[in-house]
Amino acid sequence: MPNETPQKMLIVALLLCLVCSVLVSSAAVFLKPLQERNKELDMKKNILASADLLQEGADVEQLFQSVEPRVVEFATGEYADSIDPATFEQRAAAKNPQTSTAIPRTQDIARIGRRAKYGLVYLVRNERGGLKYIILPVHGKGLWSTMYGFIALQDDANTVAGITFYQQGETAGLGAEVSNPEWNAKWRQKQVYGEEGQPTLQVVKGTVEPTAPNAEHKVDGIAGATLTSRGVTNLVRYWLGSHGYGPYLSRIREGELNDLNVEGG
Amino acid sequence: MASEAREVLFEPLVDNNPIALQILGICSALAVTTKLDTSLVMCLAVIVVLALSNAAISFIRQHIPSNVRIIVQMTIIASLVIIVDQFLKAFAYDLSKQLSVFVGLIITNCIVLGRAEAFAMKNPVWISFLDGVGNGLGYSLILIVVGTFRELFGSGSLLGYQILPLTSAGGWYVPNGLMLLAPSAFIIIGLFIWVLRVWKTEQVEKPQYQIRQVHRTEVV
Amino acid sequence: MEHYISLFVKSVFIENMALAFFLGMCSFLAVSKKVETAIGLGIAVIVVQTLTVPLNNLVYVHVLKEGAWEWAGLPDLDLSFLGFLSYIGIIAAAVQILEMVLDKFFPALYNALGIFLPLITVNCVILAGSLFMVERDYHFAESVVYGLGSGFGWALAITALAGIRERLRYSDVPDGLQGLGIAFIMTGLMALGFMAFSGVEL
Repeated sequence: MPNETPQKMLIVALLLCLVCSVLVSSAAVFLKPLQERNKELDMKKNILASADLLQEGADVEQLFQSVEPRVVEFATGEYADSIDPATFEQRAAAKNPQTSTAIPRTQDIARIGRRAKYGLVYLVRNERGGLKYIILPVHGKGLWSTMYGFIALQDDANTVAGITFYQQGETAGLGAEVSNPEWNAKWRQKQVYGEEGQPTLQVVKGTVEPTAPNAEHKVDGIAGATLTSRGVTNLVRYWLGSHGYGPYLSRIREGELNDLNVEGG
Repeated sequence: MASEAREVLFEPLVDNNPIALQILGICSALAVTTKLDTSLVMCLAVIVVLALSNAAISFIRQHIPSNVRIIVQMTIIASLVIIVDQFLKAFAYDLSKQLSVFVGLIITNCIVLGRAEAFAMKNPVWISFLDGVGNGLGYSLILIVVGTFRELFGSGSLLGYQILPLTSAGGWYVPNGLMLLAPSAFIIIGLFIWVLRVWKTEQVEKPQYQIRQVHRTEVV
Repeated sequence: MEHYISLFVKSVFIENMALAFFLGMCSFLAVSKKVETAIGLGIAVIVVQTLTVPLNNLVYVHVLKEGAWEWAGLPDLDLSFLGFLSYIGIIAAAVQILEMVLDKFFPALYNALGIFLPLITVNCVILAGSLFMVERDYHFAESVVYGLGSGFGWALAITALAGIRERLRYSDVPDGLQGLGIAFIMTGLMALGFMAFSGVEL
């Protein structure tokens, strides 16, 4: 058949579509379980890494058994145990108008537009079953992209135990250093809340002298990435502030929720 | 036959390099070269896509109506890229996260379509396959050179191993942050072309305009 | 309204496709020898970009997105892995249709832009425009503005580079750097200049 007839064109197009779609879909379908596992494993790794619980060579799944995911209602700061944390997807919920609220512009320092009405928290227990770390998912705009990460607090709900960012598209080598473990390590032992109970922790320009006033509220900036650093400050302040996990964390500080957590732990 | 195969395979390395001479496939070369390991994965992905798409297009070249050939080629290339992307996500998750959209942008990497149109449409399958590998290698050569320079001088390491001890870790090397920004990639490629053309003088472009014809032979 | 103006300015200057994201570099370097041809390609990119970003937005929202098939009783169907294929298909089809329409109804314009149109299918700017649109979750009106803005920014950059290269002809460049080499270095310097816009907020 000559190449330029409409029939031939249709036949070629149809056959091509058929072959390509079979190849693409089978690749997508067969590799999906592996991809999902990778994703889940990566998430768990990041959660563990934020509190520095990740050990070289240890099995992530096994380490993650000491972590207990829970769902918290932002407005009240109470646990919402009617929602199963295993199936709750905070990111998807934040997009759906029914399960999220628009953040008023003046409050929206992290520049994320909406947040879900409920949020995940990951609790790590010590040997006696008491609370050891509280790990919270955070996100906000940097210079180019939305940065997603976890921040881990110690049981006083004030001292930072660590931070990680697992997804960001900042300038390579500069802003992208937010996911550098060396920089993340500088957050440990910093204090989140100031005297008025507002989050005052911030990333400053340059390095922090240990003797400087309020050094416990300041983290070394990333050289050449002022705007990314500012983004990190804002997102931490938003999520730990009164519109984010603030109410929940203040309940923990007042010791209100401590008994509630002992659940099979 | 063997010499022809060798020629299509190795000619694109220095004599007819896709980036330095054909001006193809530059975009992705800039974005992923801040580190050597992402550069290597990108090279591998491009070689695979390029070789397979060339082979596939050459295989059906006699049946592609010329009206719709671009769409046909794009469909084949896009399918291959999706498959490579899925494989990367399944087996090299960390790296695929770093490469993000740039794996997708292989679709519009002009090398792939350029070779399909210029070579695979006219040549048999095996030679087209080799042409794909060869051009992929030519592209890789530049990516690896640029990636090595940028990682070594930008962060003092290669493949994540610290080569030059950084001042922040008590060493002597102050990393050159400019190397990590995209403009430095342009300048490195520009200098690479300079070196290449000093060596292979037949690649030098003629100036479009000369102030005085005798300029260079004149005795001052 | 203010939101759209800000989005437009942002996509032209701050997030310039060519000089901040380094997309569409192949034709950026290959077709920037003369200002006239650069303007021609620039306009073609603006037209195609303004057309394909909103089109792909419709396809993404109504076909590919997770939950797009809810009305048909398939709420869990997620076709987003077909994204690349659909976007590039739509781009290639749009370019070809545009070519035919121009040829038929605007022969003068076709003669001016015609040779650039096939090039545009593989211009990463166009595909990247659609990918960024999906990544940033723009709705339809935003995608129109974004398409227009990003196309315009790219056109601006290539025209500027062509202007510089026209002047560059009269300078005494070392032999090995002549042509492509110096164009790379020029683009690097222009990109350094455009980095000054990064982080500007409206």
